[in-house]
Amino acid sequence: MAHQEKRAWIMLVVTLVVYPTYVVVVLRNAAGGPLVDAAYASALLWSIGLAIAANIVIDIATSMRTPRSEYRADARDKEIARVGDLTGQSLLVVGAVAAMALAMLDIDQFWIANVLYLGFVLSAVLGSLAKIAGYREGFQAW
Amino acid sequence: MVKPTRVTNSLRALRFAHGEMTQADLAERIGVTRQTVIAIEQGKYSPSLEVAFQIAHVFGVPLDDVFHYPDSSE
Repeated sequence: MAHQEKRAWIMLVVTLVVYPTYVVVVLRNAAGGPLVDAAYASALLWSIGLAIAANIVIDIATSMRTPRSEYRADARDKEIARVGDLTGQSLLVVGAVAAMALAMLDIDQFWIANVLYLGFVLSAVLGSLAKIAGYREGFQAW
Repeated sequence: MVKPTRVTNSLRALRFAHGEMTQADLAERIGVTRQTVIAIEQGKYSPSLEVAFQIAHVFGVPLDDVFHYPDSSE
């Protein structure tokens, strides 16, 4: 497996573990009451920080077991990364537009922050899946 | 992204005809990873024109001997 494909898998798995954990924590904080009253800010920041740290640590651990010649990103890796990132960014835009609409409608900041966070999460998931598909199914630049 | 290519290649045959050159050797000579050479051989990736010419130069053959594209009548 290409090293850059491993990175896409790491991003996907970390995101799919960290975000549901964040949701569970917020639901517990709500304790059955209204979600907008639940403490979410510290959990959100912790989950983002942990996701970044986990990505870095697992990437370093994986890199140490990868031959140097296979570690660097070549032209194919860069092309797949570019298309994957562009694909993922589409959902980031959707999240940003949704958050803007919520702000204009004067909806509670809880929902604005969480829609933005969900946009980041879905963007990471879709981008990772697009990269993995590029490696697995094939990628034609021409 | 996953549209199949009509480009085929003779990389595997050329490698064996050139002293059973390994995928890793070819990858190192053209500056890509071994995974990319595997993807090219399997038709899962069409390299840039520059990399295609580099491959042809490694084997000392014209580009047409490495990569093939069917005539529109075929």
